[in-house]
Order: sequence, then structure tokens, then C-alpha cells
Amino acid sequence: MTAEPRLSPAERSGIVRDGIAVGLATGAYGVGFGAVSVASGLSVAQTCVLSLLMFTGASQFALVGVVAAGGAPLSGAATALLLGTRNTLYGLRMAPLLQWRGWRRAAAAHVLIDESTAMAVNRPTTEGARLGFTTTGVAVFLLWNLATAVGALAGEAVGDPRTFGLDAAVGAAFLALLWPRLKDDRNILVGVLGAAVALTMVPITAAGVPVLAAGGVAVLVGVLSKRDDPTELPGTDDVAGGHH
Amino acid sequence: MWTAILLACVGCYVLKLAGLSLPERVLSHPTVERVADLIPVALLAALVAVQVFSDGTTLTLDARVLGLGFAVVALLLRMPFLVVVVGASVVAALARLV
Repeated sequence: MTAEPRLSPAERSGIVRDGIAVGLATGAYGVGFGAVSVASGLSVAQTCVLSLLMFTGASQFALVGVVAAGGAPLSGAATALLLGTRNTLYGLRMAPLLQWRGWRRAAAAHVLIDESTAMAVNRPTTEGARLGFTTTGVAVFLLWNLATAVGALAGEAVGDPRTFGLDAAVGAAFLALLWPRLKDDRNILVGVLGAAVALTMVPITAAGVPVLAAGGVAVLVGVLSKRDDPTELPGTDDVAGGHH
Repeated sequence: MWTAILLACVGCYVLKLAGLSLPERVLSHPTVERVADLIPVALLAALVAVQVFSDGTTLTLDARVLGLGFAVVALLLRMPFLVVVVGASVVAALARLV
């Protein structure tokens, strides 16, 4: 990662624009989280604290989902932690790429989420990865928290996020992030198996667990695969949102 | 409730920081590298599937599938990310009006 060519201004603004686009798409769904959380019985303050301090959407949804279904707050917390282990794996992947130490690493850890990882992991240089990670992380953090507050305050008046099709937007956003990785046969296999495992688990496990279970597919295929070379990382132009 | 919330918040942060702080040699093994590369693929695919085809703990087929269909076409046509995402939600919202 040393002596890499510097990013051109156009590349930088492209990465920044993509990060903000992801922030807008994901942050918008925070309205849904705020509304769902308040409807689940949490106060506006508790809802906002979750978005500020936990700041990992799936875990937040899992916690309020368990509470809404009548689960104990502590079992909701356990489910959130189980889902949070996903971020540890992202961190393992991102650490050599970001190469941050000290307070920068401590700050980066807070915005280490699906979106910031996806928008940085495909960058070929540390400079690009840092810019993609920071831009996306900060954009999502600001908009997610703003949207959470709006959703929580408006409460039930906001209505069902489905009215605006926002629930469909989230699936589309995840697909767009996945897309550049689907050029490789092994990745396609892992993607299909991961989706199949998750859907199989949906009726029999708590909300959120199916996604984590899909990680088992990655572990299994990674261990059993004979091919030595890890997945080719796509170039910047292949990154979701990186269509210039 | 506050106790559970704060415990989960601290725990989630520690999990994130642990990932960024574990020694780099953890990644030096080819198997670990392969797994680390495949994990986002499996999880993103699972997130797509769960976001589109489930509602809580039940499997469902609704307007979100049409939104996903639009996203696939838009991605095949190399449309911008924002078009993919906003288009998918517009398609789903319109389908629900019909």
C-alpha cells in the first residue's frame, strides 16, 4: 500500500459523491428505525441513543424487534451483540487496508459498518479506502441519526416506510454493493448459498440471526476451497456507486 | 431497558474495535484471507434476501421483489447507484398503489 499513485481530484470527488449517495440511501431508512423503535415501546431518547452509540443498523433493528415481540431487553441486547460480531469480521478485513492507529482507529471503529466497509474494501489503495470509508461512515452517521430523530419524534405519524418503498430501497442498495463481487464463480456460489441459508433460517430463528448464519457459508467455502488466491478485488470503477 | 441499551452499545463498539485492533498476522493465513473476502459476499447476499423476501420471521413475496427486479436491470445497464436505489423504491411504491 506504499508508493501508490495519488488519487486524482476527479477520483476523490467520485468517491465522496458515492459515499454521500450511500449515506442518503441508508440514512433515509433511519426514519423507519426511529418510528419502529418508538412503536416498539422505547422512548425517543432511548431510540436516539441507540443510533448515536450503537450505530449498526441490523443490531439496532434486532434489539427493538426482540423488545417489540415481547422479548426481555437483555435478550434483545444479546441478539444485537450477536449481529455486531459481523463488524469484527469487517474490521479484520479493513485494518490492513486502512492502516490507522491510536485515536483514528478508535474513531474509525465507531463507523465500522456494512456500508463504510463495502464502499472501502474494493479500493486498491489505502488513500482511496480511507476516503471511501470516512466519507461513507460520516455521511451515514449524520443522516442515520438525523433520520432516527425525525422518525422517533414523528412516531406513528410518519407511517409505514413501505408507503414510500423505502423497504425495497434497502434491498436494492445491498444488491448494488454486492454486484461488483459477482463476477467470480466462487463468489456467486457463496452469494447464492448465503441467501438460501438466510431464507431457510428466517422462519426458525430470531430476526437478524439468518444473516449471521449466512456468514457460516463464507467460512465453510473459504476453508474447503482449494484455490489459493483470495478473491480478486475489483477496481474502483466496479465499486457500487462508482459508475462515473 | 437503559441497562440493556447501554450494555449492547458498549459491546457493539468493542466488537468493532477488536476487529480493527487484532494483529495483522491473523490475516496472513490464506484460509483466513479467503474467508474474510467471502464474508461480505455471503452477508450482503443474505441481507438482500432477508430485506426483500422476509417480514420478521415469515417469508413473503410483495412489491419489494419488483423493486429488486428493477435494481437488477438497472445494475445490468450500469446505471448510477442512486438511480438503482431510488428507482427500486419508486417501483415498489407504485406497485403498492396499483
